[in-house]
Amino acid sequence: MTTYDAIVIGAGHNGLTNACYLARAGLKVVVLERNPYIGGAAVSRELHPGWTYSNCSYVCSLLRPEITRDLDLPRHGLQITPYEGGLLLTRDGDYLPSYRDHDLNRREIARFSKRDAEAYDRFGIEVLRYCRFIKPLLMMTPPDPTSYKPRDLLGLLNIAKRFYDLGEEQMYDLIRFATMSCAEFLDGYFESDVVKANLAGSGIIGTALGPCSPGSAYVLLHHYMGEVDGVIGAWGFARGGMGAITQAMSKALQSFGGEVRTDASVAHIIVENEQVAGVALDNGDEIRAKTVVSNADVKRTFLGLMDAKDLPEEFVHRVRHFKIRGSSGKLNIALDGLPTFPAVPRDCPALRGDFHCVDSMERLERAYDDWKNGTWSRDPYVDMVIPTLTDPTMAPPGKHYLSVFVQYAPPYLADGEWDDANRAAFGKTVIDQIAHHSPDFKDLILHAEVRTPMDLENEVGLTEGNIFQGELTLDQLFFNRPVPGYAQYRTPVKGMYMCGSSTHPGGGVMGAPGAHAAREGLRDLRHPAHARVAVPGAQLDESVPRGQRLQYGTRS
Amino acid sequence: MTEGPRTIVIGGGHNGLVCAAYLATAGRRVLVLEAASQPGGAAVTRSIAPGFRVSACAHILHQLNSQVISDLNLVRHGLRFSARDMATVALHGDGRHITLSGADAGTQSLAAHSKTDAAALPKLRQRLARFAKTLQPFLGTTPPRLGTRDWSDRRSLLKLGWKIRRLGRNHMRELLRIGPMNVADLLEEEFETDLLRGALAFDATLGTRLGPRSPESVLTWLYRLAAEAGAARNGAGHGLAIPEGGMGSVSDALAQSATAAGADLRMDAPVARILVDNDRVSGVVLESGEEIDADTVISNADPHRTFIELLGAEHLDTGFVRRVKNIRLRGACAKVNLALDALPSFNGLEESQLGARLLIAPGIDYLERAFNHVKYGEYAEAPGIEITIPSVDDHSLAPRGQHVLSAIVQYAPYDLKGGWEAAKDGFADRVLGVIASYAPGIEKHVIARQLLTPADFERDFRMTGGHWHHGELGFDQLFMLRPVPGATQYATPMAGLYLCGAGTHPGGGVMGVAGMNAARQVMLKEAA
Repeated sequence: MTTYDAIVIGAGHNGLTNACYLARAGLKVVVLERNPYIGGAAVSRELHPGWTYSNCSYVCSLLRPEITRDLDLPRHGLQITPYEGGLLLTRDGDYLPSYRDHDLNRREIARFSKRDAEAYDRFGIEVLRYCRFIKPLLMMTPPDPTSYKPRDLLGLLNIAKRFYDLGEEQMYDLIRFATMSCAEFLDGYFESDVVKANLAGSGIIGTALGPCSPGSAYVLLHHYMGEVDGVIGAWGFARGGMGAITQAMSKALQSFGGEVRTDASVAHIIVENEQVAGVALDNGDEIRAKTVVSNADVKRTFLGLMDAKDLPEEFVHRVRHFKIRGSSGKLNIALDGLPTFPAVPRDCPALRGDFHCVDSMERLERAYDDWKNGTWSRDPYVDMVIPTLTDPTMAPPGKHYLSVFVQYAPPYLADGEWDDANRAAFGKTVIDQIAHHSPDFKDLILHAEVRTPMDLENEVGLTEGNIFQGELTLDQLFFNRPVPGYAQYRTPVKGMYMCGSSTHPGGGVMGAPGAHAAREGLRDLRHPAHARVAVPGAQLDESVPRGQRLQYGTRS
Repeated sequence: MTEGPRTIVIGGGHNGLVCAAYLATAGRRVLVLEAASQPGGAAVTRSIAPGFRVSACAHILHQLNSQVISDLNLVRHGLRFSARDMATVALHGDGRHITLSGADAGTQSLAAHSKTDAAALPKLRQRLARFAKTLQPFLGTTPPRLGTRDWSDRRSLLKLGWKIRRLGRNHMRELLRIGPMNVADLLEEEFETDLLRGALAFDATLGTRLGPRSPESVLTWLYRLAAEAGAARNGAGHGLAIPEGGMGSVSDALAQSATAAGADLRMDAPVARILVDNDRVSGVVLESGEEIDADTVISNADPHRTFIELLGAEHLDTGFVRRVKNIRLRGACAKVNLALDALPSFNGLEESQLGARLLIAPGIDYLERAFNHVKYGEYAEAPGIEITIPSVDDHSLAPRGQHVLSAIVQYAPYDLKGGWEAAKDGFADRVLGVIASYAPGIEKHVIARQLLTPADFERDFRMTGGHWHHGELGFDQLFMLRPVPGATQYATPMAGLYLCGAGTHPGGGVMGVAGMNAARQVMLKEAA
């Protein structure tokens, strides 16, 4: 039996971030990972000889700069290269590209609607304003609105003050924005269905909402909240795949004296005298620690790893009803060469960004209806990237890797199971969708990995394959996340914490939940280092020229 | 009363009449101009065939505010109910209906489906009733503005915060959690009987363009419950009630009350424009060309019609106009009225139960599928339906032994692809088909039928988009955001012009509260 100061269950990016902060404060920390490799859903894996797949999460933007700086990730090998644009492909063979150049974007939008090109400026400015308000909320522990503790009251007052500082009109706009549907929000700016559909993708990625569902406008914002090298809303590729992020974190952890154990699957969390005492592994080993932090989602943590008798009944009830329906699938494809897209000029820089095969809001919404009915979308929304155009190390020379994120795919099918036949049929639906826009695409496929929400659950441990470890709806955000009363990373059991994306501010390789949980844990230990965890630092918002602040069309 | 400055109310809908009655009672010189030949706007009783009369739009009175009833002496002016405290029956295909009545929640028929649900329902009702009671007083107050230095705004905001806090920790958490949720998730947490879930989800989404799986459908449910709590205050509760003579008699009582207080009512007087002089309203011009001077103009019309058509965008700044044009007000609710030569029989229902509110909403997925069509400009293939047969308790509505059936049908979008003209018969057939699957043979008794789509409501009642609430219900269009920032306190950016319709807080639903709130604001701001 070994003893540590703290055990972190799961070596996902949040678990590693959390462990890094704890180790940096001088705690003796071990991270226990069930798989033989680390990273959770932020991994690079060679599933076809010669190809590196970012086989779950595939692009980066939301990783908080405070964390990158605190953990010195670039020194440990992390390098992010921004997209050069993005592309939307229409059914009738047209395309709507976006670039880093604001004026070029306006010109392209004007091809679809001159009025929308004008509105695009207004849209950019206003979305950025909402981002500015919400971003600091991501970097704080949510205050409890029912509490009278000075810390919670101060937190609430602080938010109220910042809200009031927006001015009357913008306060109203923010409330509207936070509660509206993505479709209606975009209707307020644009008239072209193509332009709207291009932006709406961000409002549905990873969620169990359609673009017409109220609340989806916020999800759109969630995807604009990131930055690459100070460019707000920009997305980028991690060199060497998304695993490079967790690898760098693991190296940072080692530099702080922490330890990672792979093939160490936790069977259950040991509670003694209403206080956490350690964990028991599947192989029977026990590891003791007075602090245990779980990177797993709340359902897995409390319903799987803990005993219901150690927890209050009401809490278990809430966790049981936590909404975590998965809605996305993924294809990773090894290509013999670069597929051609007849609609797009061959040297278009937008190819080094993300592609979408959608041209109307109705197609997006119908795709959602399929999900509600328990089938994968017959006409799915795909968000695909060819990372090898930016990072050639991910495939042999001349070959390419295509990552295809698919919205929507349900965790449970209405008729049948996710067996091999259905998985293949799902893969075929997606490949046909892409082949419609690229005649030689099918012939170039050397290997394709098709992942359903259930595969994601089985491999990474995300319940129902929800990529955010819980849906991003208002009833599960901020002080409601994961469940009301437990939004401050603590659990009903003393010494036990949560640090996964199930907690505020949610998913998307952000690292913030991991940092917040470390801060709260260190606070409880009365460790002075808590004050130095991910303190919002040099925000680059003001230094970026206006036109470049919001990169249009680029997203996860 | 012929002296003093004149106030014109455009539109004699129920809110316009309430507003006029309050102002006249306070001694103002009020003229109500109504386009139709009878007062009431959409709260009217109309003939659908010789001898058959039925409420044109809403057919159940359950939200008319108790204060409005007593302040305006509506009972003295003729408000009577032919039915009150009606039960709700959630129809089941095989006759295993669930009866839900207001007070005891009819647990027997529910227990036949599920004992745990029968135990859980009163608990959920209690919880929601508590929230509704907390929110109810805010329906009758002028919504505060944010960020002003006005003490009444601040006091109102603090009061809201304090009220929510006073709920206690657990209830407050629960309210903040479920407020933005979708009703399907909430009901699936609580109940296992899909028929029960369907019936409750129907109430939550009735009159909105939301499906049970649309977030914020719990909010619209709480809103409905809060309005009902406002009707039941001071022991004045009549529950779900049907006015004697249909909805039109509510309007008649309001009109009488207004007239008795000294207001002038002019029918057949559609307003064409609001006149402006020196950045202030100076009167209105009728479609006939007649000009009428006024110092104050209060519009009962929806905000889009008021600002864009009657006033004109040229008098407003572009930001405000953009907000008005972006108001979500496309209706999704239709009405089917049937004249029947006999009382229909429903599978498994006794004749004595036909006076109840009958719901065809057999499950969450059924309603959600019905809703899916609306998003694409199609009508629901299998709609959710709320049926009343008012002639069961009110013989004045149909010839002896014959009946009228009134049904609210969800969903039928205002913006139907291809237009409503060609599609009306098909949809009416479909609605009748759905009703017939619960009441076999009903089609043989139909003497006349009428389908009113949102497009018809727009034409008949001059409500843009045919939305019964003059604007969708949702966080972004309620309370301090209703109808749009800049006009939330009934006054508008145009001096002397006020709003009093369902487009303002707290919305429609034959509540009368918008008219009451508007009258209070007018008296506060405009010298008599």
